[in-house]
Amino acid sequence: MAYTEEELKKELETKEYEYGFYTDIESDTFPKGLNEDIVRAISKKKNEPEWMTDWRLEAFRIWEKMDEPEWANVHYEKPDFQAISYYSAPKAADPNKSLEDVDPDLLEMYRKLGISVDEQKKLQNVAVDIVVDSVSVATTFKKTLAEKGIIFMPISEAIQEHPELVKKYMGTVVPKTDNFYAALNSAVFTDGSFCYIPKGVKCPMELSTYFRINEGGTGQFERTLVIADESSYVSYLEGCTAPSRDENQLHAAVVELIALDNAEIKYSTVQNWYPGNAEGKGGVYNFVTKRGICEKNAKISWTQVETGSAVTWKYPSCILKGNNSVGEFYSIAVTNNYQQADTGTKMIHLGKNTRSTIISKGISAGKSQNSYRGLVQIGSRAENARNFSQCDSLLMGNECGAHTFPYIEAKNKSAQIEHEATTSKIGEDQIFYCNQRGIDTEKAIALIVNGFSKEVLNKLPMEFAVEAQKLLEISLEGSVG
Amino acid sequence: MLKINDLHASVEDKEILNGINLEVNAGEVHAIMGPNGSGKSTLAAVIAGKEEFKVTKGNVVLDGEDLEDDAPEERAHKGVFLSFQYPVEIPGVSVTNFMKTAINESRKAKGLEDMPANQMLKMIREKAEMLEIDRKFLSRSLNEGFSGGEKKRNEIFQMAMLEPKLAILDETDSGLDIDALRIVANGVNKLKSKDNAVIVITHYQRLLEYIVPDFVHVLHNGKIVKSGGKELALELEAKGYDWIKQEATV
Repeated sequence: MAYTEEELKKELETKEYEYGFYTDIESDTFPKGLNEDIVRAISKKKNEPEWMTDWRLEAFRIWEKMDEPEWANVHYEKPDFQAISYYSAPKAADPNKSLEDVDPDLLEMYRKLGISVDEQKKLQNVAVDIVVDSVSVATTFKKTLAEKGIIFMPISEAIQEHPELVKKYMGTVVPKTDNFYAALNSAVFTDGSFCYIPKGVKCPMELSTYFRINEGGTGQFERTLVIADESSYVSYLEGCTAPSRDENQLHAAVVELIALDNAEIKYSTVQNWYPGNAEGKGGVYNFVTKRGICEKNAKISWTQVETGSAVTWKYPSCILKGNNSVGEFYSIAVTNNYQQADTGTKMIHLGKNTRSTIISKGISAGKSQNSYRGLVQIGSRAENARNFSQCDSLLMGNECGAHTFPYIEAKNKSAQIEHEATTSKIGEDQIFYCNQRGIDTEKAIALIVNGFSKEVLNKLPMEFAVEAQKLLEISLEGSVG
Repeated sequence: MLKINDLHASVEDKEILNGINLEVNAGEVHAIMGPNGSGKSTLAAVIAGKEEFKVTKGNVVLDGEDLEDDAPEERAHKGVFLSFQYPVEIPGVSVTNFMKTAINESRKAKGLEDMPANQMLKMIREKAEMLEIDRKFLSRSLNEGFSGGEKKRNEIFQMAMLEPKLAILDETDSGLDIDALRIVANGVNKLKSKDNAVIVITHYQRLLEYIVPDFVHVLHNGKIVKSGGKELALELEAKGYDWIKQEATV
């Protein structure tokens, strides 16, 4: 039985009261700063077994010795890691807070996205507790999925209920030592999702963290682990299709995908964290490590629509370890105003006959800077590896920038690597042409941008694609003066 | 329907239209001819409201309303259509999607609901057939990789879909071979009615054999220097533009 996103949403709405209004909301926040005691305290708060606590501590010690990376084409004031609180239970609903207190710009955006007033209230944390929401999501899924043996739950629960799986796979794709933010995440992650698809099972619905946007206030350090056992299939949707005004400045998530022999994972993200205002004040630093490993004949597809965040540093990657495995990366990154994005992928070909495809669409407007950074690496034993990369940039106006940094390292002579790149600009002639046909300028830009992004939008699940399109329109509104 | 009064327009302080007077009534076909650089395309762009051109004097009136403050899309909603001399490409946007957007935007401006999909499809099918357009063509990206002839045929297809009150065809004949020219001209003739009007801008008399004008105007240095019936086009074809220029300077 195939569940649609729509049906799921409906189900969630009706179940809301069943799971929804818990009253014993945790509201404690740890003191600012990070040290071993804090890491221990987080682990204790989560009732974690000792091995998990040790794992975190080890990560913390690694992190302490690391430096924040500086190679990305982004400029920002580095966060003071001792000025952040690393555990903050979901903000309790403020009884005095009403929709009237919410930024009218944000409400207007919700209206445009077609989010109901009820949902707006939830998003704004007015009446509904956010973590409760997240638990109810998982619970709803659990019932329907249990029959198939699929496990889908918060990672904190998985640590309790399925320690053998977590222990076996966590940190195997993104090790604690991988990079500064991954190490930090490993030490302090507080939430995230865990998903396991048993052998031969085709997950009958899109798994989604749709409602987890509500965790924005706390989810600075999310950890997601998806394991697709042999010959299984799962399509996973992540992130916020509704805008979230994340009050936290730093968002450093880790996502690990494991596709065992003949398995396929499709991972779609629509990222719309708060990008800061039109003057470049505020916004989220989105420093995310996402990586998947493919065993024999396995396939991982990353599709991302990135419209939010003040600074984005993100390279969803594939390690093509098994022979005949396939990696794909489809990306649309939009930057407007003062946003900066340095995003792309790494395709590491280790197995024979491995194939990868990279389609990257960057759209820059305002005074923003948009960089594609991608690595295609062919190992010495990767006979007949193939890669195709296409990087297209679309510029709007004269004050933004588009940059492409492709890296290719081939250690096997049989490799075939293709790279295509284009840069274009939305021209006044294109706009006038649309205007003359009765299409106003805003709509014309949306049309042109959607056309430009079509190859990637087509890769998204239907319902997601429609929302992503709307999001592109909203993100670029007012970008042509 | 259209009344142009003493229209002056300039771009970057260079005056291109120099006092144009023209009246076009419903049911009429007007041809505007003239040598290169006489201001023909500028006139078309100014009627359509292209912002690059500044109207320094005079005005364009459609159905008694001065268009001065209307944005290009508002003029389009009022029924002004321009078939471009150089249609632009919009990658990734299919002809069908573009037309759907254009029609629904115009409907929205008039307070109407979106056109139902089946009605739209039926219309697309009919108009494509009339212009002998292959269905495959309609799913291609707008003008991307189109031949010169395909681009022009696509312009007339859009005209057929949008059913404008006033259609301005800017050098629609350029780049067309004789077969394409005939198809395009037949299309225009079929779309002609007592309620709409067509302005044909052309360099040569060739197109006017197929789309027969009621009036022919000769533009020179941003001014209409001579008007007449369809026989004027033939005279121009035979004698060239030099005698007009001389006449104008006398």
